[in-house]
Amino acid sequence: MDLRRLTRRSDTEWSIEPHGRMRVPGVIFATETLVRGMDDKVYDQVSNVATLPGIVKASFAMPDAHWGYGFPIGGVAAFNPDEGGIISAGGVGFDVSCGVRTLTTGLRINDIGPLEQKLAHELSRAIPAGVGSTGHLRLDDAAIDNMLKAGACWAVDNGFGTAGDVERIEEHGRVAGADTEQVSSMAKKRMRDEVGTIGSGNHYLEVQRVTEIEDTNIATAFNIEKDDVLVSIHCGSRGLGHQIGTEFLREMASEAKAYGIELPDRELACAPIRSSLGERYIGAMRSAINCALANRQVLTHLARKAFTQVIPEANLQILYDVSHNTCKQEHHLVDGQERQLFVHRKGATRAFGPQMHDLPDAYRKTGQPVLIGGTMGTASYILVGTAMSESRAFSSACHGAGRSMSRHAATRQWNGRELVHQLAARGIIVKSPSMRGIAEEAPGAYKDVTAVVDATEQAGLASKVARLEPVMVVKG
Amino acid sequence: MDVGTGSRWEHFDHMADIGIRGIGGSREKAFEQVALALTAVITDPTSLRSDIQFDFECSAEDDEMLLVDWLNRLISEMSSRRMLFGRFNVQIRDHHLHGSAWGEPADPARHHPAVEVKGATLTELRVACDQPGQWSAQWW
Repeated sequence: MDLRRLTRRSDTEWSIEPHGRMRVPGVIFATETLVRGMDDKVYDQVSNVATLPGIVKASFAMPDAHWGYGFPIGGVAAFNPDEGGIISAGGVGFDVSCGVRTLTTGLRINDIGPLEQKLAHELSRAIPAGVGSTGHLRLDDAAIDNMLKAGACWAVDNGFGTAGDVERIEEHGRVAGADTEQVSSMAKKRMRDEVGTIGSGNHYLEVQRVTEIEDTNIATAFNIEKDDVLVSIHCGSRGLGHQIGTEFLREMASEAKAYGIELPDRELACAPIRSSLGERYIGAMRSAINCALANRQVLTHLARKAFTQVIPEANLQILYDVSHNTCKQEHHLVDGQERQLFVHRKGATRAFGPQMHDLPDAYRKTGQPVLIGGTMGTASYILVGTAMSESRAFSSACHGAGRSMSRHAATRQWNGRELVHQLAARGIIVKSPSMRGIAEEAPGAYKDVTAVVDATEQAGLASKVARLEPVMVVKG
Repeated sequence: MDVGTGSRWEHFDHMADIGIRGIGGSREKAFEQVALALTAVITDPTSLRSDIQFDFECSAEDDEMLLVDWLNRLISEMSSRRMLFGRFNVQIRDHHLHGSAWGEPADPARHHPAVEVKGATLTELRVACDQPGQWSAQWW
């Protein structure tokens, strides 16, 4: 991105001054190096989002921002329903409520050393991954509706976890306001046998080692120490969310004009929050959020079984579960007044600081864990929301590294089987049914996650707690 | 990939994903080719048997939205039926499409599928007659 188009506010904050039909400025949080590496399309998309009705304060981009459809990936925008604010399927993303759940295991790295191969084998057998994979559950329409209404609570009620699990999940495991009537029969059909599956692409289950503690006090509160073994699950609402995104993106693109919304780009498809279409999408999207929470809960159960089969003393407990493709109804202070806003985070993680609404009791004093996924060959991070987070970008942070290269280009540069051998030589076991998928997801095809996380901290969006390195990876 | 009739499909690079393009002597052929390009994102379409046939209907307000609807329908059907389609036939009258797709159940051991396609966005969407007798249909 051409820096001359931006106003530099600090080393990690850049403004796009309002121009054209922009109602608010654009704000990019990133270092100069990261901004230079961003596509000019990010500038256009941040500016376009700023033209939408009811937007509050600014159109934000996180340090891992890159070109998405309509909204940039790594985009954050809040809309006020009292001022004609909109909701956008493109501002949430296709994989509704895609997110990361991290589990502590009660194990130290030395505990799994001799059992690594066996554990990797059991996990790859237990965790359905890849295109066309199906889960162990077969749900009829009534069961699907129950799952969509109750999220992770549905999974726990059906034996996939314990009541304590839902206390460590955003929305306490279940978002209110899911309207299953707004979820099409095709969306439900796609989900009949996909609950408890990871999917493909950048989704994974990873066993990780804590290699650095950056904030000892917070790490202690999160119950993690150096050399602990953690498990992270990255996936979302699977076919159901994809179908909902597809259908509403299409409908919003066709209907925007009827609602009097002038779109600078058709991909910005949206509807007023207070409209029939807006309300229908919100009901469907919340169903998809619950679907994702149920999915990660069932996967947690499968991971627990695989672990205890190999290491009986393993005790997998949820650290936290965050979603990074959502629109959430939240209360925020704007110009000293509390407002109820609809905050879109597309490829961005909520980063609530201490004392924010809806935090689990365990994190009320510390702020919430912010879980940032890397690639199969690079670090992941645990951050924490801070008291400053809300004033920066409605308590939001980055979500991962972000691609620096297309899938196509990655397959030209890397060979999947060779990558698996190279990672094995570094002590990382990779299990996947698709060697082409591995090549497409090569660590080198992503930006430097450490640079993204450092910029996130420097910008005051969230603060580093721990660095994790992959030990074994199950990918689709 | 040229299939010997002037019809072909190709992928084009995009930072975050893959773009697909179908080129043919008619709008219908371009739509068939772009469907092959879609399957090729997941697996090699030439590796697929034409065991089972499905017929679909779509209507839209213009050619571009018709392309979105056609590709989305294929994505939904492949996902819900656990199928992969490797052969297509398209008939279009005005903005109403009748399509047939042939394929087989997805077999990870044989097809080595790389990645699921989530859905068709509205990015880089284009259906056009580039020159007499050559149509292209593309989507990212």
